[in-house]
Amino acid sequence: MRLANAYWVQARLGLQAQMQYRVASLFSILGFIIEPVVYLVVWRTIATAQGGAIAGYTADEFVAYYIAWTLVRVTNIGLTPYVWDGRIQQGRINDHLTTPLHLFHRDLASFAGWKPVWIAWWIPLASLLVLVFQPQIRPSLWQILAFFGAVITGFVLRFIVLWVLGLTAFWTTRASALFEIVTTAELLLSGRLVPLELMPPWVQTLANWLPFKWTFQGPIEVVIGKTDAAGTAAMFGYQFLWIAALGVLTAVVWKRAIRRYSAVGS
Amino acid sequence: MRAMRLLGTHWRIAAMNELQYRANFFVQLLHSGLSLVTGLIAIWLVFQYTPSLGGWSQPELLIVMGIHIIVGAVLRSFIEPNMRRLMDDVELGTFDYVMTKPVDPQILASIRELRVWHLVDFVLGGLVLGYGMIQLSTTTSALDVVAFGATLLAGVLMVYCVWIMITSTAFRVVRSQEVLNLFEGFYQTGRWPVTIYPVWLRGTLTFVIPLAFAITVPAEALSDRLSAATVVLAMSFAVVIVVVSRAVWRMNLKHYSGASA
Repeated sequence: MRLANAYWVQARLGLQAQMQYRVASLFSILGFIIEPVVYLVVWRTIATAQGGAIAGYTADEFVAYYIAWTLVRVTNIGLTPYVWDGRIQQGRINDHLTTPLHLFHRDLASFAGWKPVWIAWWIPLASLLVLVFQPQIRPSLWQILAFFGAVITGFVLRFIVLWVLGLTAFWTTRASALFEIVTTAELLLSGRLVPLELMPPWVQTLANWLPFKWTFQGPIEVVIGKTDAAGTAAMFGYQFLWIAALGVLTAVVWKRAIRRYSAVGS
Repeated sequence: MRAMRLLGTHWRIAAMNELQYRANFFVQLLHSGLSLVTGLIAIWLVFQYTPSLGGWSQPELLIVMGIHIIVGAVLRSFIEPNMRRLMDDVELGTFDYVMTKPVDPQILASIRELRVWHLVDFVLGGLVLGYGMIQLSTTTSALDVVAFGATLLAGVLMVYCVWIMITSTAFRVVRSQEVLNLFEGFYQTGRWPVTIYPVWLRGTLTFVIPLAFAITVPAEALSDRLSAATVVLAMSFAVVIVVVSRAVWRMNLKHYSGASA
């Protein structure tokens, strides 16, 4: 109960901070939306040129895929390890260690609090994309609801992945180098660059064993109708499994990290 | 002439400063290497499914990618750091020091910074471009190479002009950081020829953020599809944008109120 309350307060603080920078958020989101528009145009062009479909995706499904992509991306932004480099190098983490609320909850809650502002900007931009690119896919109500749910759990999962990655900053001063390697792997193995069906079979197998897929392609497939009810349930299952496993890992690593850490000045 | 000497001096200092941090070279190498690999994978994937993308063959797309990396290197090693410093100066009021020097402030503000390690991208971009050229089935004439050089220079100049216009609005609104982030987002579109994009985006990438002139047009020169009309258009637009950006700079400069004013 106390934790829920803390989340509520922290999220409201995050929301208010973000409200002050509304225009900044708009520009950032515009920057985010350009990336999938590029992919969309490239793959729609190819699918159309190849008679309407490649690797089981029609030109129209590519359009729907990358438009759904935008909500996934806008929502699944987490704390990047760049912030961790600063927290450790400059000792700013000390402030956080002296509060009773675990830093993980603080970060997660304040990121969650941002989302309403970002999603509020996303709605008109996504509507514009729908108007411009005219996807013909009409998801049913349950698909839309499941999609929103999967986007949220996908955010939590990606947030944990990034957070535990950020903890490596306790051991190395260049956590961001590792971060770049992982984001490259994520780009290729999550369905962010292209739907995984376009990748060679061994890449698809590899992707099945990693968490990334469940933060991008998993939720997207639900809303564009690439999976049925059973597939959707399985997707949620994988998401929760990964959240649980990485949650345990985070707790273990955090304990060790804190034991290792000695504040600047001590 | 004097501007050239100043440029040399500033670059020498900047280079000496950065060369102290050798480890950053490897960080940059990792960064550039990863983005090169993803770029190559994207092109490889495309050609798994199609023999040509909007009329561009695989070697031709490698040429586009090589130019994209090279122009990106100019941006990140030279143009972007100077513009960031300019904005910081305006925010802190330290732009006074630029104004009081006996040189044109626009020149001084544009040459003070150089990020040496980003020059890694010059080499990588050059390699990709060279590989694309070797794979090309058509022959490239000396005239094509001249057209390539001229349009590339004009294109980079245009991109600089757009940046100086964006940045000089910092004199009025102080923070243009987010606009610059947006520019970075747009820069990613230049990896593919602008001809594949829908009209509204192609228009934006030609006349608002002139990546078409900086990347696609030079690539057209090397892939034997450049028309004389495009060259004339590129050169005239370069002249127009230089004049306009200079006017915008002077207009915005009037709004700088200094630290102590």
